[in-house]
Amino acid sequence: MTTDLTRASAAALANLMATGETSSVEVVRALLDRTAAVDGKIHGYLHVDAEGAIATAREVDRRRAAGEELHVMAGVPIAVKDVMATKGLPTTCGSRILEGWVPPYDATLVRRLRAAGMPILGKTNMDEFAMGSSTEHSAYGPTHNPWDLDRIPGGSGGGSAAVVGSFQAPLAIGTDTGGSIRQPAAVTGTVGTKPTYGGVSRYGLVALASSLDQAGPVSRTILDAALLHAVIGGHDPMDSTSIDAPVPPVVEAATKGDVAGMRIGIVKELTGEGFQPGVQRRFDEAVEHLVAAGAEVVEVSAPSFTYALATYYLILPSEASSNLAKFDAMRYGLRVWPEGVDDASAEQVMAASRDAGFGPEVKRRIILGTYALSSGYYDAYYGSAQKVRRLIADDFAAAFEKADVLVSPTAPTTAFRLGDKLDDPLAMYLNDIATIPANLAGVPAMSLPSGLADEDGLPTGFQVIAPALRDDRLYAVGAALERRLHAAWGASLLSKAPDLTTLAKEG
Amino acid sequence: MADLTRADVAHLAGLARIDLSDAELDRMVGELGVILESVATVQQAPTAGVEPMSHPMPLVNVTRPDEVRPSLSPEDALSGAPEADQQRFSVPRILDED
Repeated sequence: MTTDLTRASAAALANLMATGETSSVEVVRALLDRTAAVDGKIHGYLHVDAEGAIATAREVDRRRAAGEELHVMAGVPIAVKDVMATKGLPTTCGSRILEGWVPPYDATLVRRLRAAGMPILGKTNMDEFAMGSSTEHSAYGPTHNPWDLDRIPGGSGGGSAAVVGSFQAPLAIGTDTGGSIRQPAAVTGTVGTKPTYGGVSRYGLVALASSLDQAGPVSRTILDAALLHAVIGGHDPMDSTSIDAPVPPVVEAATKGDVAGMRIGIVKELTGEGFQPGVQRRFDEAVEHLVAAGAEVVEVSAPSFTYALATYYLILPSEASSNLAKFDAMRYGLRVWPEGVDDASAEQVMAASRDAGFGPEVKRRIILGTYALSSGYYDAYYGSAQKVRRLIADDFAAAFEKADVLVSPTAPTTAFRLGDKLDDPLAMYLNDIATIPANLAGVPAMSLPSGLADEDGLPTGFQVIAPALRDDRLYAVGAALERRLHAAWGASLLSKAPDLTTLAKEG
Repeated sequence: MADLTRADVAHLAGLARIDLSDAELDRMVGELGVILESVATVQQAPTAGVEPMSHPMPLVNVTRPDEVRPSLSPEDALSGAPEADQQRFSVPRILDED
């Protein structure tokens, strides 16, 4: 065996298993060994299910040996963000209020992973209820960036990006409400896609902001993301916002990587000022690569995007304050009795439990949302935000008249140091400035690595945004760019990441 | 304009059923003031006559035939309950004694 199973892509692993060169049990064991060796430093997982993953792998190997027809991804292991309900596996959403909760049902996308025969390695760390851009708001401690353990892995899905980036899993599930798949991908040198809103079922996804949330793939290659997208996508009667249409031809687009004649729109408002020079430079080079691959560049303007951050931080807290009302200490989750109160009422228990169970960022946003929705302020805040949301969607529609896809740097900076922005919520929110517009409009978007910033040697991300239901265009652009960048670098970006086993020993 | 007082935040925390400590309240007043000032910029956008957008996709109501489908068993539904009794969620008192 010459292939390092931990570094192989999901597509390569699927091939190796299909040809009998390795087994799912061997792959799962290799990845679990890797986790044992490096996750003490990374802290990407909140829960590792070695037993369950091995059992699934063994079953897939048995069925393969018996000559059964298997799903193309059968036996390929995956990590799942801890915001997805997994039957029999703890699901905490990074919060104390759900500590120890074991859901009695599977999210639809988890059911699809199981149906495809994909072993679930564990549940990944995240900012509490997906509120954050650094994974520092996890009640269980932050995840560390595989490129520099003192830096953030992005958020909220820092755990998923970090386990994929540190070769503990070839694939992971993320969720993206304002950039929580794409921004972690950008700062860890991995790939992440936020599909069209409604493209992947939200049933069993613990809701943050229902009109913005979307689950999607996290991977190391464009083709792997497409393969996973195809597994989890498609209509689900259990989610009334699920789109009743076939999954766009993402795998075909990722295989071809054809951008000849495609019009690539550079969004004026999402480049230049406010973006770190090294991030901007890698972005400009990536655009040149796409031009060399046959694409045409147009400049587009989306003036309402300047209001996107403010709009988002009204709509999200409003929806979140309502969604998180279900954590009431009555049916599941933490129940705390208030101190010094005899015979406390349900309401007092509720308030004490929510104070003890929620962290500071969650409390901030619930109270902000409660304010934005309260009578007397509704029109000024939530109402105005909903109107600006329409303007943003209109700007996208106008831009897509001129361009087939839009592009920008994914995040304004490379990974910052743990602790740097923890005490300044507004500074933290600015990390999502380029990713938020796509969520507000419901359009699909992807981040892929564009290189390392000259000033700090850390990964930078390239964002592609497509019209609703044209997720395949993301993969066409992603694959074309990835092919050219890999050729230019002579390898994948992640092959340049530090050796964690050495770091882990030294640290 | 966004001028939240400590009493306002205490009231909002009460509405949201979060029993904030004095220290938390002190901190939250300052932080929320800064955030509110920033998000209030939405009021400067040219929104006259613009139809509010609540959802990214044009949606119609989704229904299904009124037929019984498998669902959670009582044991499963109660499996995460802080307290259960006689196949029901057991909760603290909900009424004041008079």
